[in-house]
Amino acid sequence: MNKRIKFIQGNDVCVEAALYAGIEFFAGYPITPSTEIAEQMASRLPMIGGKFLQMEDEISSLCAIIGASLTGHKSMTATSGPGFSLMQEALGYAVMAEIPCVIVNVMRGGPSTGLPTHAGQGDVNQTRYGIHGDHSIIVLTASNHQDIFRMTVEAFNFAETYRTPVILLLDEMTGHLREKIDIPEPGNIALVKRLRTAVKSGIDYHPYLPREDGRLPMSDFGDEHRYNVTGLYHDMWGFPSDNPKIVYGLIRHLVDKIENNSHQIARFRKYHVKDADVLLISYGASARSALHLVENRRRRGEKLGLLELQTLWPFPVDIVREVCKEIKFTVVVEMNMGQVLQQVRLAVDAPEKIFLANRIDGELITPTDIRNILRVIQGKGV
Amino acid sequence: MAVKDYIRERFFPHMWCAGCGHGIILNALLHSVDDLGLNKKDMVMVSGIGCSARISGYVDFHSMHTLHGRALAFATGIKMSKPDLNVIVPMGDGDALAIGGNHFIHAARRNIEMTAIVMNNRIYGMTGGQFSPLSGYGAMGTTAPYGNIDHDFDVVDLAVAAGATFVARTTTYHVHELSDLIQQAITHKGFSVLEVLSQCPTHFGRRNKAGDAVDMLKMYKKRTVRIGSDKKKADPDLIERGVFVKKDFPEYCREYDQLILKARKKK
Repeated sequence: MNKRIKFIQGNDVCVEAALYAGIEFFAGYPITPSTEIAEQMASRLPMIGGKFLQMEDEISSLCAIIGASLTGHKSMTATSGPGFSLMQEALGYAVMAEIPCVIVNVMRGGPSTGLPTHAGQGDVNQTRYGIHGDHSIIVLTASNHQDIFRMTVEAFNFAETYRTPVILLLDEMTGHLREKIDIPEPGNIALVKRLRTAVKSGIDYHPYLPREDGRLPMSDFGDEHRYNVTGLYHDMWGFPSDNPKIVYGLIRHLVDKIENNSHQIARFRKYHVKDADVLLISYGASARSALHLVENRRRRGEKLGLLELQTLWPFPVDIVREVCKEIKFTVVVEMNMGQVLQQVRLAVDAPEKIFLANRIDGELITPTDIRNILRVIQGKGV
Repeated sequence: MAVKDYIRERFFPHMWCAGCGHGIILNALLHSVDDLGLNKKDMVMVSGIGCSARISGYVDFHSMHTLHGRALAFATGIKMSKPDLNVIVPMGDGDALAIGGNHFIHAARRNIEMTAIVMNNRIYGMTGGQFSPLSGYGAMGTTAPYGNIDHDFDVVDLAVAAGATFVARTTTYHVHELSDLIQQAITHKGFSVLEVLSQCPTHFGRRNKAGDAVDMLKMYKKRTVRIGSDKKKADPDLIERGVFVKKDFPEYCREYDQLILKARKKK
């Protein structure tokens, strides 16, 4: 039997992928529907000499992985709505201090304690705008186990490449769903190693002086170079500064290093988009229903296509605009009040041709739900 | 080495007010590290937010100036992922015991090897003199203009109850004792808590008519006694100084090493 083929939960896939990516440190706090990730990490990490910590809350969980990352270890935490809310403070710190780490948010229905064991996709905007202050951030998602694996590895890769926290936004439905996963052979997905400084001991190392390509080589805590890390605006030494030039330079750097690379960061899948005259745009669990409907309608000769987004932030504006150009109308399929819908409308030339098919009752949106919306838009009645 | 070899001269002058006790703690800390012959490469200082927290920028260690109250959580990640590092966590009283109270008791409970120094000036200095959980009943502050009705924590009692395996207290007046206790705390194989009463003439002293820095230091001399002193029996309000708890107890990082051995066998 092929040991690389498994039949497991999406949350467990995330763990397999994190191990594939080289995770060495996990800190977390139990919360439905993400707890299986912590449980699996507690079991698997010590087997490879890694560390698992159950902290006193989600605040300290994110703080702990930031600390571990500074010593040179790939680190991750996993949570859901209320826990993710608690993490916003430390998330801002990781953005400001430019510490690579991965935060998994397995979405439940919100706000507040909401619907712990039901599906929802209401955290899309929180991942982008949850922390105070201007910034940019990378948020990835996936709709099936093979893609959860790839996006988890990508999350670690982007974190290292851009020296930034990356959010992996899953949902209860895919997190708890069991389906087949074929775990890639080692080496099949390239891994990004941490970029460490080549500056020798005894020579000044500037932890916050970007190279020409915008990247900042790191030095591990415990190695020769000793430097300061702070959440305040800081100069190239990492020392607090309120010099307007330094403040301007840093905020521009934090935003530009991600926004200027949005094409490199954009991940998506196109299904029957080329000749489509009606397009669905979806992501996560909703995209499974959208894809089902598209395949179904194609068999009947209807020219329906699907753009599945896997990078939610920075929002892939150009890709969405391009795809929507020749389309009669587009329907965004999601389980919230239209968070991605807003972004699509901002991206396209004709926002009046963008519609919403959603469910906000904790139940998975079905292909029938989407079909009914399509019929209403087409004036066919339900 | 000279003490100046342990600081980052580029970042001086420091931002503390004239007469502040925190500089005395920094001085004692640097002498302690020097006396112990510790390598700067192995030293990490993690601080939170507040006047006390700025100390981490001045030392030539690996240093992290983090979030208000969360220093111990960051430090836990550093220590767990690289247990050979020597981790010192200076905290203010509000930092450690108001916003950071939960992290404080849980770090103590785990008995993870690091040194928590509570630089207790009984006030929020950086924000301009609000009462803290260590100000005490009746103290004046900008948010207690009619006198504080909040009762204070006893840092020592709290640390002992939470499971810290080294707990001590001293003041900025007793500098040699301070240096000795910092050395004991650093070398202790477990979670160490050292409370240092540190004067804030600018906010606490002024609002509570405690005089200037010298008056406040004299008060530390007068109103504190060594543990077990007979004076305490005669005057129970005196504050005791010294080592309250020092015990051997399984340390968290070493426990985790054992756990790894177990997990590897199972694999």
